[in-house]
Amino acid sequence: MKPLPMLRFALRGLWRELRSGDALVLFGALAVAVASMTAVGFFTSRVSAGVAREATEVLAADLRLESANPIPAAELAPARDDRLRRAEEISFPTALFHGDRSQLVAVNAVTAGYPLRGHVRVAGVPYGPATAIATIPGRGNVWLDSRTATVLGLRPGASVRVGAIRLRFTRVLAFRPDQSVGLVSLAPALLMNAADLPATGLVQPGSRVTYAALFAGPPAAVAAFRAHLRAHPDAAVRVREAADDSRELGSAIDRASRFLNLASLSAVLLAAVGVAMSARRWASRRIDGVALMKCLGATQRFVLEVALTELAAIGALALLAGTVAGAIAESGIAWLLRSLVERDLPAASAGPIAIAFATELAMLLGFALPPLLPLRRTAPLRVLRRDVAPPRLRHGVAPGLALAALFAILWLMVRDAALVVDLAAGIGVVGVVLGAAGFALVRLTRRFRGGVGVAWRYGLANVSRRGTASVLQVVAFGLGLMILLLLAVVRGDLMREWRASVGARAPNEFLINIRPQDAPALRRALAALGAPDAPMVPVIRARITAIDARPIASLRFASARGRAFATREQNLTWSADPMPDNRVIAGRWWGPADYGRHWVSISTEYRDALHLRLGDSISFDVAGEPLTVRVASIRRVRWDSFRPNFFLVFPPRLLDGAAGTLITSVYLGPRARPGLAALARRFPTVTVIDVEAILAQVRSIIDRASLAVQYVSLFTLAAGVVVLLAAVQATRDERRHESAILRTLGASRFTVLSGVAAEFAALGLLSGLLGAAGAAATGWWVAHHLFALRYAPDPKLWWIGILGGTALVGVSGTLAARRVVGTPPAQSLRAEA
Amino acid sequence: MHPGPNGARLALEASGLTKTVDSPSGPLTILADVDLRVRAGETVAIVGPSGAGKSTLLALLAGLDTPTRGRVAIAGTDLSSLDEDGRAALRRRQIGFVFQSFQLLPSLTALENVMLPLELAGDPDARAIATAALTEVGLGARLEHYPRQLSGGEQQRVAIARAFVTRPPLLFADEPTGNLDGATGRRIAQLLFERNRAAGSTLVLVTHDRELAARCDRIVALDAGRVAG
Ligand SMILES: Nc1ncnc2c1ncn2[C@@H]1O[C@H](COP(=O)(O)OP(=O)(O)O)[C@@H](O)[C@H]1O
Ligand SMILES: [Mg+2]
Repeated sequence: MKPLPMLRFALRGLWRELRSGDALVLFGALAVAVASMTAVGFFTSRVSAGVAREATEVLAADLRLESANPIPAAELAPARDDRLRRAEEISFPTALFHGDRSQLVAVNAVTAGYPLRGHVRVAGVPYGPATAIATIPGRGNVWLDSRTATVLGLRPGASVRVGAIRLRFTRVLAFRPDQSVGLVSLAPALLMNAADLPATGLVQPGSRVTYAALFAGPPAAVAAFRAHLRAHPDAAVRVREAADDSRELGSAIDRASRFLNLASLSAVLLAAVGVAMSARRWASRRIDGVALMKCLGATQRFVLEVALTELAAIGALALLAGTVAGAIAESGIAWLLRSLVERDLPAASAGPIAIAFATELAMLLGFALPPLLPLRRTAPLRVLRRDVAPPRLRHGVAPGLALAALFAILWLMVRDAALVVDLAAGIGVVGVVLGAAGFALVRLTRRFRGGVGVAWRYGLANVSRRGTASVLQVVAFGLGLMILLLLAVVRGDLMREWRASVGARAPNEFLINIRPQDAPALRRALAALGAPDAPMVPVIRARITAIDARPIASLRFASARGRAFATREQNLTWSADPMPDNRVIAGRWWGPADYGRHWVSISTEYRDALHLRLGDSISFDVAGEPLTVRVASIRRVRWDSFRPNFFLVFPPRLLDGAAGTLITSVYLGPRARPGLAALARRFPTVTVIDVEAILAQVRSIIDRASLAVQYVSLFTLAAGVVVLLAAVQATRDERRHESAILRTLGASRFTVLSGVAAEFAALGLLSGLLGAAGAAATGWWVAHHLFALRYAPDPKLWWIGILGGTALVGVSGTLAARRVVGTPPAQSLRAEA
Repeated sequence: MHPGPNGARLALEASGLTKTVDSPSGPLTILADVDLRVRAGETVAIVGPSGAGKSTLLALLAGLDTPTRGRVAIAGTDLSSLDEDGRAALRRRQIGFVFQSFQLLPSLTALENVMLPLELAGDPDARAIATAALTEVGLGARLEHYPRQLSGGEQQRVAIARAFVTRPPLLFADEPTGNLDGATGRRIAQLLFERNRAAGSTLVLVTHDRELAARCDRIVALDAGRVAG
């Protein structure tokens, strides 16, 4: 047959096909998957762009060039791109004078526009409440941090001497986005206008000055500039990007996007179940028509082409509808989150549409096509003999391949092979376990049939009689409920657990540059402020010189992080025990007998960036002394705990000779924080870093991520409803027939409906039980393996699961089946003839 | 077409047709050694009690099923030389069907049901031809109705229109009045013979209605899978 008539033939029936429930459910399942993929894709692309932009706040810029000398203009030439904003920051240490007192400070002289990302926060009085400010200090003014103001006894309006000039102290500097950048930041900070700098006379040849050029702008312009810098490297100029410096944020972002992708995949997997069920039903409904068409002379190819064309058309419509729905849903979430996001989120990319299309294609080929293929082998004899076996609508290996494709797509999105493999294995295990448990539960219902009324007996009989179908439904609903429970209950528990671990009493003050001789007194002082047991952790700075006896300069590292580790000074420490939020994942931690050995314990980041393995040797230059150690263990570190943590930890006694300082971190409540002023006066060398602001950043990201995940769970819910409709649809004819027989035998409409309600309630109860168990187990696994959190399921998980499952499946199943049951018996029986 | 043994062209020729199926109590022969020759333009009734094997024979003659033994030739073409698609192509060109249970596609309108065989044959004027065919069976006003909106008699009219719309030289009808009441059945039978005469087709009619059989040129009686008498 010519293609055109075939096409016309196939498309003519499309609208009718869509109105018939079966194709509509198929369309719905596909559209839900596409909508969830595009909504999540659009949204994550915007949020992760926003989050990445937030991470750049750590640099106060998207890109930052630093050099010990003024940065050559030639180097910056391409940055004359109009789209890039720029600012300069010149930093150096100097002494600040007020009356007879002086204090060492790090001067940060900035030009208008600083910071390009993030906000400077200032307060009226030392340690007072801080607010964001959009300007830089005016000429002649200076902003000083709380500690300096306290040490010098300054009141706002006082005048201080900086080099050759006097500046007026106008505000207390509470937070600079880039305060954790660079060495000088360890000293108390001073912010001034760069226009006043020449008059100070402090910037002379040979002075310890860092010149920084800050850039920010649209991603394309930043990328172009970055590419230029890569192509023209300059050893004297260091290029810093957001990823280098935001370990804490990075770790949080990573988690947030894992949650989101997990949630979106769950909606897709559930929708795939819906696609498989409805496509099967759709195919089986076509069998009679196909038999007739073949009787009238249609070839196998024609039969197949018509089915494929209709499938493709349904797929195209679903892609369109799903993308529109996804875009609408995405703008909904962006609107919902407006209060949480300070600025507008960046625009979404179109990439998610391609990913959604690939996902849909995988679902169509893997789940919808297989039951349609055998249709072409329908025996035309069926027109004469209804009992001729219909073709077996097997799924074969295609769903496996499609699942593999879906996981490949997930991998594309998260780029974390281990996570994807874990997830695939997890879902496989969950599927098998749910299947087995569902089978056992369905078998069990047989025993409970005795003492109940006729409606229940009929309903329960149906559950056990439709054995395989019931198991399938219980597993599908169970999976859906499990995902919903995971998102609604377990996720909440995990979030709370996580927030508690980062949480309210996470350290909010870092104290650094503590001289060892001051440590005992400082500890007592902190205890008096309500922070006993402040851990005093030694810090020594060192540079890597060689790995496995190969000079570091001769080694090449793929990642920016690897290059940074290899070239920058590293903070290292020693410790008898691993830090509380570290987990040794390979090798062995040292015991007392090992103290003083030439060993080192590295973090996983170090292992990955420098391609290190247990037993490798690393050589250091520790303040001029060479030191070579072996990698004895590898630790996974929770950086977002905000406790002092190190990439490199040595055994005690090895570094005894090296001079170092101590650091600590403590939590101080709002009432204790003014006490920091006295502390700063008593221990002038100690610098206090307020991490409250960074914590607030991390918390806002967590809040944003959890809202987004909740939103995504709506798609999972929609997918669950699609599965339910597909299940009801699949048993429609059977139910119509049964209901006709029952009513012919004298059962009232109510009795028949009660039986249906009993059946779905039982299915819902079983699914709820299964879902709650699955959610508890998965929650425990996720908490334990992915996030290193403790998790004990809340009892409410069980009753929400069981009651929710019974109500959800019972009510919606009964509603969906109501029409079928309501058909007058005569009509049903005649249709069967 | 081939001349038959007695000089006339043969529309249909079956010899030694046997169908054996597996049953729980061993192989079961439901059709044994049936020979049948039908000349072009002839009308033949196949009669016999329920379960005699009439439908089985019809399915084998139309190439809807394959015999265990024996062969069928339609207009000189041996069905066993064709694969499934080949038999479908042959049906498309040569054969029309009327069934006891009408076999209209419920999702298509009356007109679309009649257009179906024309479209399968790639006829560009399918709509006009089908409209004319439905008008001829008295359903010109019901073109856009769906099967469920039509009575049994009307549905069978649609089926008859569909059977003749491609002007097939050979028509098979399996109990075409079996699902209809007496009066409607008689009107449908009347219509069937009328259309058949107008088309000049060969008709093989399965029925257990003696009165209907009597209107055919020849009667073949089937009993327990064998041609009787
Ligand atoms: N595939 C089959 N398997 C088992 N029995 C069959 C099969 N096909 C037909 N029969 C049996 O063969 C006999 C003839 O069937 P059929 O041709 O439908 O009879 P008729 O149309 O004359 O009523 C019946 O007893 C029927 O049950
Ligand atoms: Mg029969």
